[in-house]
Amino acid sequence: MSEAVSALAGATSKGFVDVTEVGLVGMVTVRGDLGDAEFGKAMSAALGVEVPEARRMLVTEGGKLLWMSPDEVLFVCAHAQAEARISTLSEALDGHHHLVANVSDARAVFEVSGTGSAVREALAKLTPADMRPSHLPVGEVRRTRLAQVPAAIWFDDENRATIVCFRSVAGYVFGLLAQASKPGSELGHF
Amino acid sequence: MLILTCPYCGVACDETELSAGGEAHLTRHGPGSSDGEFEDYLFMRENPRGVHFERWRHVYGCGKWFHAARSTATLEVFGTYSAQVLIPPDDIRAAVSAKVPGWQWRDLT
Repeated sequence: MSEAVSALAGATSKGFVDVTEVGLVGMVTVRGDLGDAEFGKAMSAALGVEVPEARRMLVTEGGKLLWMSPDEVLFVCAHAQAEARISTLSEALDGHHHLVANVSDARAVFEVSGTGSAVREALAKLTPADMRPSHLPVGEVRRTRLAQVPAAIWFDDENRATIVCFRSVAGYVFGLLAQASKPGSELGHF
Repeated sequence: MLILTCPYCGVACDETELSAGGEAHLTRHGPGSSDGEFEDYLFMRENPRGVHFERWRHVYGCGKWFHAARSTATLEVFGTYSAQVLIPPDDIRAAVSAKVPGWQWRDLT
């Protein structure tokens, strides 16, 4: 088996917010009817966490479960554990119409950190999504776009956001974030 | 700028996060239909100045198709609703009537 490497090998940028490519992160997509109680029960048992409500993120031991759409959730865990999670999930969901896929290597993950509302300011330059804390609180996931490409954004706490994009556009997204966080370009809006 | 609320994920989406899908509630006429019906299905579209019903897809988000009722003249949005209906639901029609009394779209009022 070849050695797994992340898209930008942990690139970092310093500005009024710091941008870091997080490196290898495990991601498992689960698709199925989240409205079906039986399906939800089977999935919860396999992951040890409830089915999140719309747009919510639930943190559990060894991972996070993110609501992606009415028929899709994303489990984020350590890169090495993704395959084991897939076997557990596939076994638990046997008999239900479902799809479980390892998408770890199809994605790039960035962490954006800064103090005050700096992170929200930097991101607001790039996305049409409302970045006010009232509209994107900690624990909620927003799938949107960063400039020209799709991305998912969530805040782990007020000073730290995680951004997930497709691996093929990792360089582009890193450039965007680095440019948007250049010292002196603070907006002071929030 | 147009902001539509996706009825599936509840996110207020900017126009640039969506993909426009054209007129809503078309009846598909395929094999077995008359030439006139097929022509209507394929080419003939409403072009209203005012109340309009459209299909949109939340392409940069949950990926779901949905319907929107809006005004082409003022860009006012009357409401968004599920894709799994053949005509606008009563609450949407009531919302349109409240803002635009006497509206007409195809044979709906």
